[in-house]
Amino acid sequence: MATRRVAALAGAALLMGIGGGARSTERLGIGRPATQTEIAAWNIDIDRDGRKLPPGSGSVAQGRAVFETQCASCHGSRGEGGAGERLVGGQGTLASAKPIKTVGSFWPYAPTLFDYIRRAMPLNAPQSLGDSDVYAVSAYVLHLNGLVPDDATLDAKSLAAIRMPNRDGFVSDPRPDVKP
Amino acid sequence: MSQDDPKENPSARRRFLAQGAAAAAGILAGGGAPGHGRADEAAPPGIPDWTKAPGADVGSQTYGQPSRFESGIIRNVPKGLKQYISASSRTPLQELDGILTPNGLFYERHHGGIPDIHPARHRLLVHGLVETPLVLTLDDIRRFPSESRIHFLECSGNPGFEAIKAGRTASDLVGLVSCAEWTGVRLATVLREAGLKPEARWVVAEGADAAAMTRSIPIEKCLDDALLVYSQNGERLRPQQGYPLRVLLPGFEGNMSVKWLRRLNVTTEPAFSREETAKYTDLMPDGTARQFTFVMEAKSIITRPSGTQRIAPGFHEITGLAWSGRGKIRGVQVSVDSGTTWQDAALQEPVLTRALTRFRLPWTWDGQPTTIASRAIDETGYVQPSFGDLTSIRGLNSFYHNNAVVPWRIAASGEVANGYA
Repeated sequence: MATRRVAALAGAALLMGIGGGARSTERLGIGRPATQTEIAAWNIDIDRDGRKLPPGSGSVAQGRAVFETQCASCHGSRGEGGAGERLVGGQGTLASAKPIKTVGSFWPYAPTLFDYIRRAMPLNAPQSLGDSDVYAVSAYVLHLNGLVPDDATLDAKSLAAIRMPNRDGFVSDPRPDVKP
Repeated sequence: MSQDDPKENPSARRRFLAQGAAAAAGILAGGGAPGHGRADEAAPPGIPDWTKAPGADVGSQTYGQPSRFESGIIRNVPKGLKQYISASSRTPLQELDGILTPNGLFYERHHGGIPDIHPARHRLLVHGLVETPLVLTLDDIRRFPSESRIHFLECSGNPGFEAIKAGRTASDLVGLVSCAEWTGVRLATVLREAGLKPEARWVVAEGADAAAMTRSIPIEKCLDDALLVYSQNGERLRPQQGYPLRVLLPGFEGNMSVKWLRRLNVTTEPAFSREETAKYTDLMPDGTARQFTFVMEAKSIITRPSGTQRIAPGFHEITGLAWSGRGKIRGVQVSVDSGTTWQDAALQEPVLTRALTRFRLPWTWDGQPTTIASRAIDETGYVQPSFGDLTSIRGLNSFYHNNAVVPWRIAASGEVANGYA
């Protein structure tokens, strides 16, 4: 079976070598092709425009309940912070001497919030929340920041449509910027 | 101790008396240090105990450890944090020589703890804009042509802009840098195996840790000097450095060299993950934040004499480390007169691209209070800035990429302290 795989890859490499550019030549026949099922199970990347957001939806009210049991012990009931980071407030402080960087004041894209909660939160049990709970917690955190109303329900489309206050706050790297 | 004392140990006393003339001659000739009036059996003319009986058996340590007398040379772990799942520990730079960091003292920065990964069960998935998405085992990855290179890794916030006033030791200040010889396969080789599609511009790397750490790497870096590494200083990666597989991006902020690598997603755009938007972006005084600030700019620090050490008047070799994410170190200048004049330090060969470089300068301290400092110049001509020059542009809230000169203040007592404190 392994031999057949290698032979198949070698054949593919030959075809690529003829038809493809420099980037797709010189295959060594190492590894095996991944199936679409395998890729779908592991690929949890969400882009900034939310085009890769999954099905499902969650309301602010649901999110408040999930947040209370899963998040509040570190982030505080209202996202004010504790052992975990502050999630709320700080809008208008970024240019001050004491900037407060939160989801509401600093994060440029709402879909990134879904991505991060789904992949890494809660800290003690990451990837334990279902997609609808992740939508719900995202909705609650955005609501605490005044970015969605109390009766909001978010899904792929409505989460992607949220314009974060600091969306245009990022610039590219100009270094070297300090002259001796 | 009493066995070494001729007053209490008759045989030691006899030896001491018999060899007294030779010993006195040695002291007069400069062979003895002041204050060594008490005879130490291990020092001449005595013969140490460890010479007079066999030592421990071969193989008594099947994985060797440092001498028990070096048990204080350990990672610098901050005390009293709210949690240690997402935290860092620092290399004790002031205790080390040369340019290679022992694997057990390599700095740590984890965002979801240190996973305990079984190498036979670990997989790397390469997908996205490739001709053939691949699943690779560790055995597969070790079959690729391999390469070994010496490079530093440095955490982006080393230290934060405010923390520069609080650190006491060289480790406190810039201990989030370490250097190793890494072995692995070029990332370009693995991507070529999957077959990059022409529209590929970024590769999103993801860790198998509980943070599922995600960073986007520009394709130019992936096809240049990026490695996927499985070994560090000759042995397999330590769990703290990403066992069994990590990305290694020479000269880029350490966070991008994703540890415990399990997935590479080839894309047209960055992921804009939390770690490249909310974190690892540099907030400027005008409220904008710089994004994708990858390169760690040239930096240096004197590790000896350094903070909390105490020196006596007389000769000292000033030594330290310099490095640049843009290439080789061209030179290091040292000031021993509070920045009034600067002189060139000697660089220890080899001077390698994107590696720690050891510098040295002989110096005789006259006992007067002063401040010593080093500044690095890299092969692009870039000069390491003072903290004042750096913050005049970037303010005090950008947190990341602080590469300012570190001055050490030396008091009349010989105590060395942070020149910013």
